[in-house]
Amino acid sequence: MTTPTLALRDSSTMVRRQLKRLVRYPSMTIQLIVTPVVLLLLFVYVLGGTLGTGLGGGTGGRSAYVNYVVPGILLLAVVTAATGTAVMVATDMTEGIIARFRTMRISRGSVLTGHVVGSVVQQLLGMAALFGIAFAIGFRPNATAVEWLAAVGLLTLFAVAITWLAVALGLRSPTPESASNAPMPLILLPFLGSGFVPTDSMPTALRWFADYQPFTPIMETLRGLLLGTPIANSATLALTWCTAITALSYLWAKKTFTKP
Amino acid sequence: MTEPAITARGLRKSYPGKNGDKIVLDGVDLTVPAGTIFALLGPNGAGKTTTVQILSTLIPADAGTVRIAGHDLARAPDEVRGAIGVTGQYSAVDKLLTGRENLLLMADLHHLPRKQGKRTADALLERFDLVEAAGRPASTYSGGMRRRLDLAMTLVGDPRVIFLDEPTTGLDPRSRRTMWQIVRDLVATGVTIFLTTQYLEEADQLADRIALLDHGRLIAEGTADELKRLIPGGHVTLTFADADRLGAAHRIVGTGAADPQALTLQVPGDGGADALRDLLVALDEHAVAVAGVAVHTPDLDDVFLTLTGQTKENAR
Repeated sequence: MTTPTLALRDSSTMVRRQLKRLVRYPSMTIQLIVTPVVLLLLFVYVLGGTLGTGLGGGTGGRSAYVNYVVPGILLLAVVTAATGTAVMVATDMTEGIIARFRTMRISRGSVLTGHVVGSVVQQLLGMAALFGIAFAIGFRPNATAVEWLAAVGLLTLFAVAITWLAVALGLRSPTPESASNAPMPLILLPFLGSGFVPTDSMPTALRWFADYQPFTPIMETLRGLLLGTPIANSATLALTWCTAITALSYLWAKKTFTKP
Repeated sequence: MTEPAITARGLRKSYPGKNGDKIVLDGVDLTVPAGTIFALLGPNGAGKTTTVQILSTLIPADAGTVRIAGHDLARAPDEVRGAIGVTGQYSAVDKLLTGRENLLLMADLHHLPRKQGKRTADALLERFDLVEAAGRPASTYSGGMRRRLDLAMTLVGDPRVIFLDEPTTGLDPRSRRTMWQIVRDLVATGVTIFLTTQYLEEADQLADRIALLDHGRLIAEGTADELKRLIPGGHVTLTFADADRLGAAHRIVGTGAADPQALTLQVPGDGGADALRDLLVALDEHAVAVAGVAVHTPDLDDVFLTLTGQTKENAR
């Protein structure tokens, strides 16, 4: 068999391992689904009335805010899951089974690929649940089938990027405890961007950061695809950020993992 | 003559530490003929695990050359990985998966066809007495069961060279004996086994050749018998009720060291049953009553005391 075929085969074996582990240990998955749903309900029902009015234009109020906040919550769901992934990877690395994998003739990065795919599958399930709840409380996108596909595609790319970053952070962490802290700054990024309020309401310095950080173009692109707001160059920026984060994190993770 | 299964020349490894580099391996040479059991014996911290980690491709040596199963470790690590199996000191099983799932995972990673993988897994579960536990997560297994599953996973790929790093550390005596029998059965099928242990008895029971590792250097190598001849420590201690009996016994036995204070006589010997019976019968024939008998067999401490000239504390 050729090297890429072997890598694919080993990776799919490791993905099956990871999915079995997730089924065997469902509390993590449940937590990843429940946390963003609770945040969505908090933002819509506690803060949404006031924040929605502040959006300006249109009808305003809570119903406008549901539409506005969904992309931010989706990204928040991904970074919450990233914390779980980092902990899972760091825990896995303390187990003897990883030493065993290293002494076997298998594709080196396959165990990491297993973690990434397993985690992304988990996150897509979480996002499906989140969309379901959002529809139930008044989320009304006007996307065509193609726009839906593009939105799900972008969310998947983003999930892959952040998950590879989480894997790298998990590998760099000496203990599972420190791995749970490493991705914390990511959780702030949807807030320090256009996730919960438009950036033009922020002070100048913060606004500058919010406009140029990676999460904002991704959220703006999702908003454009799902709700028809202007996208402009956000889509290009979003794809560039996702590709760059994936590539750098993948190389970082692989280097950390193969380094003895 | 065929090439040895393992040859290592001049292995060196040191780790940076607070007070300069800590040397873990200081020029180790090893030769293990194919189809034999080789034991690397030494106390904690001697460098046993580091040696296994280097030989099993987990960490690189700072210097030295290694050939395993005909492949150069530095140039063809993947070829070496294809020929070896490793069962480490810390159990290398996936605790969230069941015993059977762990074995099937190994079968998949060895690219066995699905049907053959299932057959291999079932055969190993049977052989290692894990059939009843096959459907339970490995986290529920006892220490001995986990170690058996660990070794079964190592065997899925039919390795020609097997590394066992302290395979019985932490096991109860019964599980230890089971593991010994498994190792004997394995070598009967023609594989080569490299094991590390801190128990002299284990090396004695299993190994064709034993090497003693201390502070990163090999201080002796040979068969169990060759090594035992280096160790004078074995003796029988006889205790008597009074000085007269002690004196009589000393004359009858004609050897050994009498201690009039403790009323004991130390007679050198290996402590074997025949020698002990002869000794007691001789005393009985002369009607010398023996109050107590203690047998002292040489152990790892004696080996290190003798070969390194260090005190027990320093040897550890």
